[in-house]
Amino acid sequence: METVENKKGYLGFAFRQSVPVMLGYLFLGIAFGLLLQDAGYSFWWAFLSSVVIYAGSMQFVLVSLLTGGASLFYAAVMTLFINGRHIFYGFSFVEKYKKMGAACPYMIFSLTDETYSLLCSVKVPEGMKEEKVFFWISLLDHCYWVIGSVLGALVGSGIGFDSTGIDFSMTALFIVIVVEQWQEQKSHFAALLGAVCGVSWLLILGPDRFILPALCSCVIVLLAVQGRGKGLMLEKRGTA
Amino acid sequence: MADGRVYSLAIIAVVAVCTILLRAFPFLVFGGRKEMPKTVQYLGAMLPAAIMAVLVVYCLRGVDFSAASRFVPSLTAGLLVAGLHLWKKNILLSISLGTICYMVLVQLVFATG
Repeated sequence: METVENKKGYLGFAFRQSVPVMLGYLFLGIAFGLLLQDAGYSFWWAFLSSVVIYAGSMQFVLVSLLTGGASLFYAAVMTLFINGRHIFYGFSFVEKYKKMGAACPYMIFSLTDETYSLLCSVKVPEGMKEEKVFFWISLLDHCYWVIGSVLGALVGSGIGFDSTGIDFSMTALFIVIVVEQWQEQKSHFAALLGAVCGVSWLLILGPDRFILPALCSCVIVLLAVQGRGKGLMLEKRGTA
Repeated sequence: MADGRVYSLAIIAVVAVCTILLRAFPFLVFGGRKEMPKTVQYLGAMLPAAIMAVLVVYCLRGVDFSAASRFVPSLTAGLLVAGLHLWKKNILLSISLGTICYMVLVQLVFATG
């Protein structure tokens, strides 16, 4: 039997576990909300996209898709590239989530980078059901992101704040991820390949059309060198 | 604006559906099988780093060396973010100081008009 006390215990534990994600999501959410507001969209749009998309980097790119008038096809391809890494997260939780019944679709939907790494590292105390802890953490993380983005959009529409340049938070986020991946991985081939493909196609096609050819050529080159020289295969530092 | 609204909703829907499909991929396609094909695993290990590098280039696509105001702010703030992150490894610190640095540069130092 579930008691109120019991529920509070889960919520409290999930909250304490999720504090680092909360700080990050509130901050990035606010930056996203500001950016979207800057592009002429009211806070309802920030709310809507954070509720239904719920993917940080992609929502930043969404703002440029919207302002640039991208086609639906282009939006789909960009999403597949940028969020493609998400196909790997579910594997860790296939068994667990299948047993969660009604909550299962939501658990799959809400599996972001941050929630994934949090769920991988969380130690569930004895006497608590892992599924419930997982559910509350996932839901709280989602709430932080939505609250942050709505706050950002509201602040952006408020008086006296010049948000010119706030869009750099997206660049900063991507640079941070590159630095982290650079330090984590032994081979820097992929990062260098991305930089070379990006800059080359930018010089050839110009700023508006270079990104898809750049991403496609990365995939082609990676497939071409697959299996050639084991040194290229990435092994994460520290793990076997 | 009605058209614009429908268009924006359609874009958001496409991005949302594609994201959900990606997250549900292991459940839909591999239905519980724990191992993925070697090539998929290989791309999964290699591709993210390449994609993020392309995205950084994408963010900096407006850099133009013909005028200081078009490359100094983003390159300065970008180097600050990378340096800070190598040094302190604090995501929030790197992003917030880098963004503030960029905002100060474009609003106060290289303000145009």
